[in-house]
Amino acid sequence: MLADQQQRSWYQRIRARHIPKAPVVRNLLLAFVVGGSLTAIGQIFMDFFLGRGAPLEKAGAYTAVVIVLLGALLTGLGIYDEIVRIGGMGAALPISGFANAVTSAALEYRREGWILGVGAKIFTIAGPVLVYGILGSIVVGIIYLVLRIPIPGGTG
Amino acid sequence: MGEGVAIASHTEGRRGRTMRVAEAWISAAVTVAGPTEVRGPLGAAFDVPLRDDLLGERSWERAEWRMGQRAVGLLAQRLGVAITDFDLMLAGDLTNQITASTFAARELDIPFLGTFTACATFVEALGLAALLCDGGYAHLICVAVTSHHHVVERQYRFPTELGNQRPPCAQWTATGAAAFAVRAGAGEHPLARIEGFTPGRVIDYRITDPFDMGSAMAPAAADTLTAHLEDMGRQPGEYGALYTGDLGRVGVPICEELLRDRGIDVRLHDCGIELYDPGHQDVHAGGSGTACSALVFGSSVLPRLTQDWSAVCLVGTGALHSPTTYQQRESIPAVAHAISVCRPDLPKGGA
Repeated sequence: MLADQQQRSWYQRIRARHIPKAPVVRNLLLAFVVGGSLTAIGQIFMDFFLGRGAPLEKAGAYTAVVIVLLGALLTGLGIYDEIVRIGGMGAALPISGFANAVTSAALEYRREGWILGVGAKIFTIAGPVLVYGILGSIVVGIIYLVLRIPIPGGTG
Repeated sequence: MGEGVAIASHTEGRRGRTMRVAEAWISAAVTVAGPTEVRGPLGAAFDVPLRDDLLGERSWERAEWRMGQRAVGLLAQRLGVAITDFDLMLAGDLTNQITASTFAARELDIPFLGTFTACATFVEALGLAALLCDGGYAHLICVAVTSHHHVVERQYRFPTELGNQRPPCAQWTATGAAAFAVRAGAGEHPLARIEGFTPGRVIDYRITDPFDMGSAMAPAAADTLTAHLEDMGRQPGEYGALYTGDLGRVGVPICEELLRDRGIDVRLHDCGIELYDPGHQDVHAGGSGTACSALVFGSSVLPRLTQDWSAVCLVGTGALHSPTTYQQRESIPAVAHAISVCRPDLPKGGA
């Protein structure tokens, strides 16, 4: 039996009375605390590299490398998925979350081999971010080119 | 509902949508449970509690069919028969092409029939086994189901180590295997007699959220249970308990409301809710999976049937979507099958 429009809206009303609401305030607070803690850790590394005399741009890149490495390591140890379970987007959105998306896929599909497993599926989760991130940068680049907007620090 | 044509038969025959069974008995049950399930409230009742959900194997998939093999092996041992003494094996699971069941069966050398209606598979297989025994086509049948949390996660959702926050209506796929022996005739020390089996209709109220299977399955459960009670000629109060498979904390109250609308006032038990401890285990709306209802039925319902209850009804509930169908924005069809079992010492046709 496939419900028609009327039966569907009748059932949606019943469902709405029973479906539990996500604890939004608690989730937001936890996301703030977990996300804030992760970025604070990043800041500690940033200050460390700056203190060692690294220029601002380089220090930022070094920090990103360290946070990605930490995200991948904690994924391998089975800890990062617990951090996201508690912190939600506060832990999924930082670059360590991106590392978790790539590493977890690599770990999961290793059993199907290096080519059809890891090679083919490492970006199953992170893929859309890469595709649309790169597409977005191309579109912005074309707009800059067409409108002849000078790029700060660019050579053209 | 209930408009089915009565078919003449040498046994109890068919009434409405229900197939009445006279000579089919559950004579043994074995449960193999994963580590999370062992930490739940039924932990001490499982026959084989596992400490490692990989069973020392190289993949979750291998672990799943090894669990199935262990359950079937122990079942034969408990009955004092060789595995090849089973006339037939009816099995199913949640993996693509039910490979957990077929790979378990390839080393068992028994005629094999695969069954699948997602998490309603257990009741489907148990009902079919009862019919085959009752019809005189088999003497001893092995019914086996398995599910593995991580196999299902990677197939239906995400890599197991990917962090994500599940909504409160989400359910936790159980890791475990269960095997049951269905016999034509009581034999020695039967656990229960199977009385009737109602296969369900596939029902779809256009729920599209794959994290909310309780809402998707509740109408199917209400539909089948209504037909089953009517065809068995019973009031809900005549059962020690009415169990649903894995409607969870969202599906159960919806199903109870749908039943109230039809004049059936009942408090449902749910295998998915009883498998875990919501206070200590973060399973959200409860358990699910092919093994979920079978684990609870084998470790908790059957023992209570001989002690506290005279009869029990189990409504297995299955959500029949695949990753492809929900990615293509199809809604989630569901099915529910009902089976009634009673204490083995009760006279037949007592209802």
